[in-house]
Amino acid sequence: MGKKLLLNHIDVPGIETLNVYQQQGGYTALKKALSSMTTDQIVEEVKTSGLRGRGGAGFPTGMKWSFLAKPEGVPRYLVCNADESEPGTFKDRYLMEKIPHLLIEGMIVSSYALGANTSYIYIRGEYFYVARILENAIAEAYAAGLLGKNILGSGFDLDLYVQIGAGAYICGEETALLESLEGKRGNPRIKPPFPAIAGLYGCPTVVNNVETIAAVVPIVNEGGAAYAATGIGRSTGTKLISASGHINNPGVYEIELGLPVEEFIFSEEYCGGIKNGRKLKAVVAGGSSVPILPADLILKTANGEPRLMSYESLADGGFATGTMLGSGGFIVMDEDTSIVKNLWTFARFYHHESCGQCSPCREGTGWMEKIIHKILHGHGTLSDVDLLWDLQAKIEGKTICPLGDAAAWPVASAIRHFRHEFEEFVNKGHHIKDVRHYYRLNHLPEPVGA
Amino acid sequence: MEKKIEFSEESMAVVQRLINRYPKGRQKSALLPVLHVAQAEFDGWLSAPVMDYVASILEIAPIEVYEVASFYSMYNLKPVGKCVLEVCRTSSCWLMGSEDIVKHLEKKLHIKDGETTADGMFTLKTVECLGSCGTAPMLQCGADFYENLTLEKVDTLVDKLKADGERKVYTKDQKVNLD
Ligand SMILES: Cc1cc2nc3c(=O)[nH]c(=O)nc-3n(C[C@H](O)[C@H](O)[C@H](O)COP(=O)(O)O)c2cc1C
Ligand code: SF4
Ligand code: FES
Repeated sequence: MGKKLLLNHIDVPGIETLNVYQQQGGYTALKKALSSMTTDQIVEEVKTSGLRGRGGAGFPTGMKWSFLAKPEGVPRYLVCNADESEPGTFKDRYLMEKIPHLLIEGMIVSSYALGANTSYIYIRGEYFYVARILENAIAEAYAAGLLGKNILGSGFDLDLYVQIGAGAYICGEETALLESLEGKRGNPRIKPPFPAIAGLYGCPTVVNNVETIAAVVPIVNEGGAAYAATGIGRSTGTKLISASGHINNPGVYEIELGLPVEEFIFSEEYCGGIKNGRKLKAVVAGGSSVPILPADLILKTANGEPRLMSYESLADGGFATGTMLGSGGFIVMDEDTSIVKNLWTFARFYHHESCGQCSPCREGTGWMEKIIHKILHGHGTLSDVDLLWDLQAKIEGKTICPLGDAAAWPVASAIRHFRHEFEEFVNKGHHIKDVRHYYRLNHLPEPVGA
Repeated sequence: MEKKIEFSEESMAVVQRLINRYPKGRQKSALLPVLHVAQAEFDGWLSAPVMDYVASILEIAPIEVYEVASFYSMYNLKPVGKCVLEVCRTSSCWLMGSEDIVKHLEKKLHIKDGETTADGMFTLKTVECLGSCGTAPMLQCGADFYENLTLEKVDTLVDKLKADGERKVYTKDQKVNLD
C-alpha cells in the first residue's frame, strides 16, 4: 500500500461532517498555522514540499504563491478551481463530496498564508449537489468559529463562498474562471498580466485546484520536508488518479507518485486489469488533453524502462513517445477500441467547448471534428489524414489560452501512434456505414461501447 | 394567463444572499447563480423577459445577461421538457456504451437528440463529460446523477420520472431510486 495523505480517512462513516472530521484529526493544520506559524513560514513549507499544481499544468505551488503581489490597501483573493471538466477527470468531485472539510481547511490555511480575507470556490454548475455539500460544511465551519471574524481568536478574518458555474469547460482555465466569477462569458484573458498581479476584480489573486489546496493540509501538519520525502524526485507527494474506461475497478485512487504504471493498471489494489480478460490497447493518462499512448509505450518508455506515474516519467520521450500526468484522468482502452472513434468524441468536445475568441481554435477545432467524422464514416481519403496533421500543427501554440494545444495534442498523438487505423478507415471506407460494420468487416468481436 | 415575472419571496431571499457575497458594486458576479434560480423558478428556461428581469435586479444592462445566458450550456434559451435527460457522450462514457443509451432513449421517447416529447415531459440532450467517467455510462436529470446505467435502469428511470410528473431543476436534488 502506498502512502496516503488526503484520503486516509475517506471510509470513516460521517467523515463529511465537522464532528467526525475533527475526531480524525481534522483542523489541526489550521490550529497549528494560526497559533504558531507566520504567513511566510507557511509559504516556505509549501515551497519545501515541492507541491505542484494538481489542476493539470503542474506549476510549483509555493512559487506561484510567492509571486502574489501585495500592494497596500488592495484586497487579495484566493480562488479554488473546482470546475473539473477535463474529460476523464472526477477526482475533485470525489474529494469534495466525501471529505469537504479537507478542502475547507485547506482554503482557510491557504487564505491565511496569502493574506486573503475573502475566498471563493468556483465549482462547475453540473456539480450542484456537491456545491450543496460544501455549503453545508461551510455553515458548520462558521458555526464552530473556523470561518468568519477572528478565527480561533487569531485575529484572522475569512469569508468563504461557493460560486456555481453553468456548463463551460473553458471556465477551468484560470482567467476564464475569473471572468465567469465576475459574471461574464468565460473568455480567457490575454496574459500578462497574470492573476497574481491582476486577477479577480483586478486584484492580486491565486487560483489553485481543489487537490492542490487540500494537499496544503498535510504539508502544514507534517511539514514540507516530510511531504517532499514521499513521491519520487521532483514529483513529490501523492496524486489523485481518476481511473475509467475498460478496467475492472474504475474509481479514484490516491497513489504515491512514482508508482509503476503497470502496477496501477493491473494490480487488484488499483484498476484490477482490463475488463473481460481483453488486452490493453491504449491509455490517455492525464485527461483528454494529453497525448494518447499505445500499450507498449505507456508500460515502458522508449528506452525500455518501466514507466512510472510521475510528471517526469510520463513525459519521458517528449511528445514523440511520451505523454503527461495532466489532471490524472486515466482512461484505459481495450484491444477492441476504435482509436479514431474515441478521438472523434474528443474533437467534438473541443469544438463544443472552444470559447471562440481565436480563429485557429474556433475554426480549427470545427474542421478537425468534421474531417475525423468524414474519415470515420468512410468518406475520407489519405490526404485527409495529412490535412488533419497539418491542421493540428497550425492550432498548437497559436492561441490565447492552452485549449488550442489541448485540442491539438490528442489528434497529433492519435495520428502519430495509430495512423494505420485512420488508413484502414480510408481504405475500407466505402463499406463502413457505422463503426460496427468496421468490426464485422475485420472479423473483430464487437466492442462493448461502440 | 401570462405569469407575472417576479421571484417568489423565498427566491428573492436567496438572490439577495447571493448578491451579498461580493464586494459592493460587484453584484454582477451573482449573475450565474441568479440565472440558475431564475431558470428553476420560471419553467426551466430563460425567456427574454426573464433575462430582462434578472438584469433589472442586478442593475446591469440586459445585453450583459443575454451574452452570458447564451454562452453557458446549462441555460436553456427555449422551452424544454419537465425532465431534461442529459446523457454524457464523451470518451469514457462512449467506451462504456453511452451511444446505446442515447439510441435506446431516442426509440423509447420517439425523439432525437435535442428534441422534446409531444407531451412536454422529456427533452433528450447529449452533453460533454460530467465527471462521472468512473461510473459510466451516466446521465444527469436536474441536479441528479444517474450512473452505471443499463438499458433496464434507463427504462425504470423514465417510467418513474413520468409517474412522478414533476419538473426537475438543477437547484434541487430530486433523485429517484432505480433499485
Ligand atoms: C482549457 C483549460 C481547462 C482547465 N480546466 C481546469 C480545471 O477544470 N480544474 C483545474 O484545477 N485547472 C484547470 N485548468 C488549469 C488552470 O488554468 C490552472 O492552471 C489551475 O487551476 C491552477 O491550479 P494549480 O496550480 O493548483 O493546478 C485548465 C486549463 C485550461 C487551459
Ligand atoms: S484557445 Fe480557444 S478556448 Fe482558448 S481563448 Fe482561444 S478560442 Fe478561446
Ligand atoms: S466521460 Fe462521461 S462523465 Fe466523463
